[in-house]
Amino acid sequence: MNKRNNIWQHIDWITIAIFLFLTLFGWLNIYGAEHTFEQTSLFSLSNRAGKQFLWIGISVVIGCIILLIDERTYDILGYWLYGMMIVLLLITPILADNVKGSYSWISFGPISLQPAEFAKCFTAIAIAKYMGKYEYKMRNIKDLFIPFILIILPMFIIMVLQRETGSALVFLSFLIPFYRQGMSGMIFIIGLVSIVLFVIVIKFSIIPAIIILSIALLVGLIAIWKQKKIYRLWAVGAYLCLVLFSSACNYAFTKILQPHQRTRIEVLLGMKDDPMGAGYNVNQARIAIGSGRFWGKGFLQGTQTKLKFVPEQDTDFIFCTVGEEWGFFGSSIVLLIYLYFILHLLTIAERQRDTFSRIFGYCVVGIFFFHLTINIGMVLGLLPVIGIPLPFFSYGGSSLMAFTILLFILIRLDAARINKLH
Amino acid sequence: MVNDIYYKRKYIISIIIVSVVVIFIIRLFAIQILDETAPEKAAKNAQLTQIIYPSRGLIFDRNDSLLVFNHPVYDVMLIFNEMGKNFDTLSFCSNLSISQEEFNERTQQIRRQKNRGFSKYTPQLFLSQLTKENISRLQEHLYLFPGVSIRKRTLRDYTYNSASHILGNVGEVTSKELENDSYYQIGDYCGRDGIEKVYESHLRGIKGKEILMRDSHGRIQGSYDNGRLDEPAQMGEDIQTTLDINLQMHAEELMTGKIGSVVAIEPQTGEVLALVSSPYWNPKDLVGRNRTKQYNALLKDPQKPLLNRATQALYSPGSTFKLLQALVCLQKQIITPNTKYACSGRMSTPIRCTHDHGSPVTLVEAIEQSCNPYFWCAYRDLLQKDGYGNGNADFKRNYKEWRNDIISFGFGSTFADSDIPQQASGSIPSEKLYNKIYGNKGWKAITIRSLSIGQGEILVTPLQLANMTAVIANKGYYISPHICRTSKDTTNRIHHSTIDSVHFDCVQQGMAQVMTNGTGKWYNVQELQICGKTGTVQNPHGKDHAIFIGFAPQDNPQIAIAVVVENAGFGSTWACPIASLLIEQYLTKNISRPELYNRMSNSYPKAEE
Repeated sequence: MNKRNNIWQHIDWITIAIFLFLTLFGWLNIYGAEHTFEQTSLFSLSNRAGKQFLWIGISVVIGCIILLIDERTYDILGYWLYGMMIVLLLITPILADNVKGSYSWISFGPISLQPAEFAKCFTAIAIAKYMGKYEYKMRNIKDLFIPFILIILPMFIIMVLQRETGSALVFLSFLIPFYRQGMSGMIFIIGLVSIVLFVIVIKFSIIPAIIILSIALLVGLIAIWKQKKIYRLWAVGAYLCLVLFSSACNYAFTKILQPHQRTRIEVLLGMKDDPMGAGYNVNQARIAIGSGRFWGKGFLQGTQTKLKFVPEQDTDFIFCTVGEEWGFFGSSIVLLIYLYFILHLLTIAERQRDTFSRIFGYCVVGIFFFHLTINIGMVLGLLPVIGIPLPFFSYGGSSLMAFTILLFILIRLDAARINKLH
Repeated sequence: MVNDIYYKRKYIISIIIVSVVVIFIIRLFAIQILDETAPEKAAKNAQLTQIIYPSRGLIFDRNDSLLVFNHPVYDVMLIFNEMGKNFDTLSFCSNLSISQEEFNERTQQIRRQKNRGFSKYTPQLFLSQLTKENISRLQEHLYLFPGVSIRKRTLRDYTYNSASHILGNVGEVTSKELENDSYYQIGDYCGRDGIEKVYESHLRGIKGKEILMRDSHGRIQGSYDNGRLDEPAQMGEDIQTTLDINLQMHAEELMTGKIGSVVAIEPQTGEVLALVSSPYWNPKDLVGRNRTKQYNALLKDPQKPLLNRATQALYSPGSTFKLLQALVCLQKQIITPNTKYACSGRMSTPIRCTHDHGSPVTLVEAIEQSCNPYFWCAYRDLLQKDGYGNGNADFKRNYKEWRNDIISFGFGSTFADSDIPQQASGSIPSEKLYNKIYGNKGWKAITIRSLSIGQGEILVTPLQLANMTAVIANKGYYISPHICRTSKDTTNRIHHSTIDSVHFDCVQQGMAQVMTNGTGKWYNVQELQICGKTGTVQNPHGKDHAIFIGFAPQDNPQIAIAVVVENAGFGSTWACPIASLLIEQYLTKNISRPELYNRMSNSYPKAEE
């Protein structure tokens, strides 16, 4: 009894306030995105805004339940939960119907859920449990191997068996807690170099990529000539790897990627202008957001929104509604609130006294940050079109519940941190 | 925390997170603030501006009888997407009295069309210009057919099947008109010929617009901004013509089966009372679905009905021109009313006289009897009054002066301040023309003797002849003939002829005697004080043309008229009775000679007698 009182005292109400703000503002925008000319109620279950309100209610209940569950449950049951989730992910494609090419939705009567959305919660718990072990050292190759397996397994199932590229890519967000725990930053630099090389290879051809790499090698070799010989060998090795990677990119792009994926990348890189085809979403999103100007057109006044020019406007492209109806002013505020929210979660993660909680906190930060970056980057035309939701904003029960579970486990862990002293 | 050597990495992570959001906000700024094209693109996306067509102005005659109005027609529109699988084609076709095959053919045609306007979501034109009767059955059962709508449009309609030339008609705009006038869009209608064309800018009105919102499929979702930017259409102005529709219709009836024209003018005002070119057509023929077919038929007709003979056909004025010769010679003091010239009848030289009368004759008698030698002598004396001079200079000067006098009656050019379309200018031969034909010194009075009796190179239109008659009726001036009374130009300019008004009395006297004793005596109506002059125009291509000009009553002229009947022989046998009947009709609103009226309207001149 005594302990529970403590926990309620230490709940981080700022996080809960932001959670409520984002879900409710998202709900208003779903109403706006769906709003046509027949006025329907905000609460009617026949439309998505009404359904979303129901999901928000359910999520709040789930959040309260999580706050009541002992935080040690996750540490204890971590692998079991992860194992059950993997089984569920494997079963899903068997039970699921084909929805726009993916096999990730399981229907229970009138409602459908997407297990892939919940997978990241349990993966986060499992990773936190594994890496939170006292003897765990990141520099150990074996210690790195297991966490990688933990994220690659669900990624593989979701991408290959369920055909949900977006949900699978989210697992890359676990690289952020890995980095925080000591994984070499080189991985990000290599990743960045890879992306740059990929873009150069796709946009121009493999020859300029190799020329640039050769010049880099030459400059590098001259710079480190006086140093140990082993560095020179490393440099040549890296050079050869990158050349190999460039040709692999070339091969992958032309032979492995589906034509529609290829087109999306080409449109993004400005190699193709296709406003009615692959570029349609992005072009319409840009028009919708751009037409909002500084103050926006006002709630329910967005013509592009009302008239459904942007597909998926209540789910992945929900930020268009914000851009059109609330303008630069409203959109910037929403982005700044997300920024504050994620930095605040980072602070929460940092103030944890046990490694499990901190790693879990970083997993939450990584997931939210990754979703925000990919989603907004896509809507603003900076990144290719990858269908992942904007946390708490996009329409959808599964994603909202999954984000709620992640957030409230962290709040519960944070509230209980005071007990860790003993 | 113990053993946390990577503590500082939280700063790197924070910096990355902050940078991403900053990049996003910069991008938002670029899209929303710096890029100014988006609102326009958004509007283009979402707004559909629909034009509301104003109804065309009405056309009335001088007594406020409605001549031209609009009548509604109905287009059947289909929205394919809304028709659904259970669309009862059979019942739909029977409601429209069309066959299933026609339905299939038409729908395939719409879909096949590579028109940019085709969309499954917007109304497509299925059948056009149906009448109220055709559409009524469908209208009742419209609720049975989802996706079917009926659009109302208006077409021109006519109270009287009359005045086709002068009213003109309405047709689709040409590509040239589209280029020159931003008012029009493809498929719009505009005035073709006649009043419809001349007063197009008055009649067409001002288009309104309605801004609708459409969604990404092109479906209409209601009006934009609650219709705040919509503009109602403004109906076209009504036009009051100067025509007297009764006179016009009688004139047309009398011209039935004949080739020629009738032009009647109110002398004091220049208002055209009737303007007939025969053959004519029913104005209703050039309306609606048969328009193109009918128009092509008119175009191919060897009698060229589309030519407005009243304003475009050129004739020599014949004996009617003698009146002008008389006036010019009086003005130039070559003759006085008492001047007599001898006439040797058929023996006269160089121009023989075709009429039997005494000799010598005074001016009034010469007009009455249409004596050729009298006018030749007077004309010769006019041109030769100063001799020929060095290089015929004096003669030519007098010719030039004569020509200017003639032109002052409105000949030789179109009436520039008139609203009558398609005027031919005609010609009064210039000095230059004769120099070209005969050489500088090669022509004398004798060379151009035909001019004295209105033959030869003089070419005039029936409209100009009617105007000349008005000048005589007005004793010296005219107001350019016009067909509409518009608010803007109520007072047309008065054009004075070069002849002093005193000289008109004896000419009018001669014209009055034409009707009492001369060539028009069989068709005189005593109490109407008709003044007239017949003319027979030599026609090298066939039988002579019959001409009559006249006005009445003499002391207060109400109507001046010119009648031309082609290939009809003497002016006195065909043109004079028609003019006489029309003058009587106009002045008394009565036909006192029904047998003559019926004979004139039911017979027509034989090609050769």
